[in-house]
Amino acid sequence: MKNRIATSLVSTSKRCAPRQHGTPAILAHTCRSTYQSCYSSTVAPPSVSQPPNADYLAFPGAAKSAFSHSLKFEQPSTHPALSTYRVVDQNGVVVDPNFKPDLSDEEVVKLYRDMLTTSIMDIIMFDAHRQGRISFYMVAAGEEATSVGSASALAKEDVVFLQYREQGVLVQRGFKLAEFMNQLFANKYDPGRGRNMPVHYGSRELNVHTISSPLATQLPQAAGAAYALKIQHRQNPSAPPRVAICYFGEGAASEGDFHAALNIAATRECPVIFFCRNNGYAISTSTQEQYRGDGIAARALGYGIDTIRVDGNDIWAVREATKKAREMALQDGGKPVMIEAMTYRVSHHSTSDDSFAYRKKVEVEEWKRRDNPIIRLRKWMEAKGIWDEDKEREARESIRRDVLKAFSEAEREKKPAMRSMFEDVYEDLTPDLKVQMAELRSHLERYPEEYDVDEFEGGKDSLTSQP
Amino acid sequence: MTARKQLLRRAMVPQPVARLFSPTVAIPQRRYSTHPPNAKLNLPTDYSATSLLSHTSQQTLSNPELPADVRAGTTKRMNLFQAVNDALATALAEDESVLLFGEDVAFGGVFRCSMNLKDTFGGDRVFNTPLSEQGIMGFAVGLAAENMRPVAEIQFADYVYPAFDQLVNEAAKFRYRDGACGRSVGGLTVRMPCGGVGHGALYHSQSPESLFTHIPGLRVIMPRSPVQAKGLLLAAIRSNDPCVFMEPKILYRAAVEQVPTAPYTLPLGKAEVLKEGKDVTVISYGQPLYKCMAAIQEIEKSMGVTAELIDLRTVYPWDKEEVFKSVRKTGRCVVVHESMVNAGIGAEIAAAIQEDSKTFIRLEAPVVRVAGWSIHTPLVYEQFNIPSVARIHDNLKKVLEY
Ligand SMILES: Cc1ncc(C[n+]2csc(CCOP(=O)(O)OP(=O)(O)O)c2C)c(N)n1
Ligand SMILES: [Mg+2]
Repeated sequence: MKNRIATSLVSTSKRCAPRQHGTPAILAHTCRSTYQSCYSSTVAPPSVSQPPNADYLAFPGAAKSAFSHSLKFEQPSTHPALSTYRVVDQNGVVVDPNFKPDLSDEEVVKLYRDMLTTSIMDIIMFDAHRQGRISFYMVAAGEEATSVGSASALAKEDVVFLQYREQGVLVQRGFKLAEFMNQLFANKYDPGRGRNMPVHYGSRELNVHTISSPLATQLPQAAGAAYALKIQHRQNPSAPPRVAICYFGEGAASEGDFHAALNIAATRECPVIFFCRNNGYAISTSTQEQYRGDGIAARALGYGIDTIRVDGNDIWAVREATKKAREMALQDGGKPVMIEAMTYRVSHHSTSDDSFAYRKKVEVEEWKRRDNPIIRLRKWMEAKGIWDEDKEREARESIRRDVLKAFSEAEREKKPAMRSMFEDVYEDLTPDLKVQMAELRSHLERYPEEYDVDEFEGGKDSLTSQP
Repeated sequence: MTARKQLLRRAMVPQPVARLFSPTVAIPQRRYSTHPPNAKLNLPTDYSATSLLSHTSQQTLSNPELPADVRAGTTKRMNLFQAVNDALATALAEDESVLLFGEDVAFGGVFRCSMNLKDTFGGDRVFNTPLSEQGIMGFAVGLAAENMRPVAEIQFADYVYPAFDQLVNEAAKFRYRDGACGRSVGGLTVRMPCGGVGHGALYHSQSPESLFTHIPGLRVIMPRSPVQAKGLLLAAIRSNDPCVFMEPKILYRAAVEQVPTAPYTLPLGKAEVLKEGKDVTVISYGQPLYKCMAAIQEIEKSMGVTAELIDLRTVYPWDKEEVFKSVRKTGRCVVVHESMVNAGIGAEIAAAIQEDSKTFIRLEAPVVRVAGWSIHTPLVYEQFNIPSVARIHDNLKKVLEY
C-alpha cells in the first residue's frame, strides 16, 4: 500500500514537472496533450534558478522581488487610493476628452428607459409590499447605472450571476415585466415554481442563474462557470467566446468565498468579470466597519487580477469599463478582471429594513440631491438634444402603465401546482418523496376544511406520482 | 369573526391596482400561509391565550425551576427578543469577559435582540463584524480559547454554513484535541434565529439543529418562550461547553410573557413536561409546541384521552430519562419538528426509545414523526411543509387508534 502511494506521488510529480527542470520532452509533451493539466498555457511555472549576481531573489512564492537594505514595512496609507474612472460628471457634462459614444441615439434612449423601468418598478413594488400584496422586495434606487450600464456591454451568450440588487441587468437583457411579476407573485408562471422569495429571479434563456440568498456563494461559482466557458471554447472554437460576470456587494466581498473566487479565477485564468457594487452599506454596516483597505478593487491586485474602479453613477463609465473588461477577460485564453463601481444605496436595504435606525436622513437626502445616475444620463441626453420634458413624461407614464398591467395580470394567476414542492429535489422523485406526497394528499383529503388548496393550480390533485 | 381573522382576510382579498398609489393603508404583511375560512385546527396561534406562556406574574414566579430569590422578585412583560436582550445585558454586566458581535449587531441587530447594548457596554464589547460567518465563528473560537466568553450572532441560521468548519472541526473538538493541556472553547455561545415565518422560503426558514446535534461537543438549545429564552441563554453563556442557541424567529415578537427581572438560569440538557397526560407523549421544541398544544386540546376533547407534552429545550445532549419515563407511562409517542424528517431529531428520539428495552416493551404503537418533508423550505408551500395543527392532530389520532 505504502508503495502504491509512493509510486502515484512520483508519477504525479513527474507529470507536473516543469520542462525546464530537465523533464524528458516526452513527458512534457504528455503533459500538454492532456489539456494543460499541469500549468495552463500562458503561465510559466515558477523557476528558482538564479542568475549569478542577480539583484533579486527568485523565491518560488515571489519571483523578481528586488533586494532592499532598508527595513521598511509597506503601509496602505502611503499608497494613493485607486482612482475612479468617470466619463460624464454629475451635471451630465463629458469629462473624458477621448470619449465617443458608441451607441446610436435610440440605443442610448433604450438604456435610459431600462434605468427608468428599474426605478419605476421598484417604487411600485416597494409600495405593493407596504400594502401586503407581496411579501418582500428590494429596490436598487441610486444603483441603476451599475446594472444597466454593465449589462449593456455583455453578449447575450455571456453567463450572469447576480446578488439580488441587479434588476437592471435583467431589464437590460430583456427580462419582461411579466416575468418580474410572475416571480414576485410566485404564480404558476414563475420559473422558480413558487419556491423562492421575491426578487430571486433567474432566466435560462437570458443566461442568468437563479439568485441565491446566501451571500458570495456565486463568486467561486462564476469562476468555475467561466472556466467551463473557456474549456468549451477551446473544444469548439467556432462558437463565440463567452465570459461569466458576477455581481456582488462590497459587504459580500468580506465572505471567504470572495477570496476563494479571486484566487482560483486568477490561477485558472478564468474569463470572469467580478463586478462589485460598492454602495457604502451592507444592511446597517458601513464600509468603515466592513474593511480598512482601499475598497474592493485594490484586493484584486493582491490576487494578480487586473482591476478598475469606476464611478458607478456614470452609466457611460460603467459601460466603457465593462466593455474593456470583457475584451481583457477573453485575451490570451482568458483571465479574470475586477470592476468596482462606486455608488450609494439610496433606499432601505429591503422592505424589512428601516435604514434611519442607523444612518441619518440628511445623509441620504444630501446624496440624492448631489447625484443620481438616471438624472445624469438625462442631462447628457438633453444636452445632446435627444430628450426633453415631454419625452420624459411620456416614458414615465408608459412604463408605469406597463408595470401596473403586468402587476395585475400576475397577481390574478394561481400559484403553481402543489406537487412542485416535492419536485426538483432530485432529478426524479425518490420512493421516499413519493410516499410523502401521497401522505400529504391523504391528509388533505381527511382535513379538507383546514387548508386552502384552491389557490394552487389543480388543487390537491397534482399530488400524485403520475402527473 | 375575530379582529385578527378579519385582518388576515383583508390581506388576502385582491384589491384594485389603482389603490397602489392611494395613501398607504396599514395592511399586515401578506403571509403565504394563512388559514382557510372554515378551519378549526389550522388557526393562527393565539399567543395571548395559550397556556404555554405565562401571562401573569404569579404564574411565572410559581415556576419551581426558578431559584427562590428570583421567585420572590418581580416580573416584566417581554417578548422573546426583549428576553434575549435582557439575558445579553445581564451577561455583559455580570462578566467582563462576555463580548457580543456579529453582522449588524451594533445598531441592535436585524431582529432587535442587541438593542442599546453597544451604548450601554461600549463598542469594544458590542460590535459589528465584517460580513463573514466563517470569520465570526473563528474569531469567537479564538476569543474563547483565550478565556473570553464570546456570544456570536449568525444573522440567520440559514447562513451558518460558512461557519460550519469552525463549529464542527474547531469549537466541538477543541477540548478533545487539547487533552491534558486542558484548554477549551467552552465560553463560546453562538446564537442564530431559525425557523419558518410564513414567507422565508429557501434561505430564511431553515432549522438546521440536527446538523449540530450530530456533533459531539456542542450543546444545542432552542427556547420556546421569553422566560425560557432568558434562562436558557444565560445558562448557555455561563456554560463551559460551546453552545448553539437557536431562536425561533417567529416568536421574537409574537411570544410575550411575564419574565422575571432578576438573572436566572434554566438547566441545559433537561426537558420539561409542559402538560401531563397518560395516553400519548408528544415531544417537540421551539414553535411547534404551540401547535402541538392546540392539536392536543382538540384530540383530548374528541377522543376523551389525555396527552403529555414535553419540551426538549436542549436537543443535544438531550434528556433521555424524562422522555423514557413518559413513554413508559403512555406507550405512545409522537415527535414533532419543523426541519426535515430524514435524519432529524425525531429519528434520534425514535431510535433511542426503541433501543431502550424498558421503554420498548411498553410501546403500544410505532413512534411517529411529524416533521418537514424531505424537501427544501419552499415559499408558497410552507403551510403544507411545516407541521400544522391538523397534521399533528391527524398523527395523534393515528397513534392513538393504532
Ligand atoms: C451568508 C449570508 N450572510 C448574511 C446574509 C444576510 N444579508 C443579506 S444582504 C446582507 C448585506 C449585503 O450587503 P452588500 O453585499 O454590500 O450588498 P447590498 O445589500 O449593499 O447591495 C446581509 C448581511 C446573507 N444573505 N448571506
Ligand atoms: Mg453594499
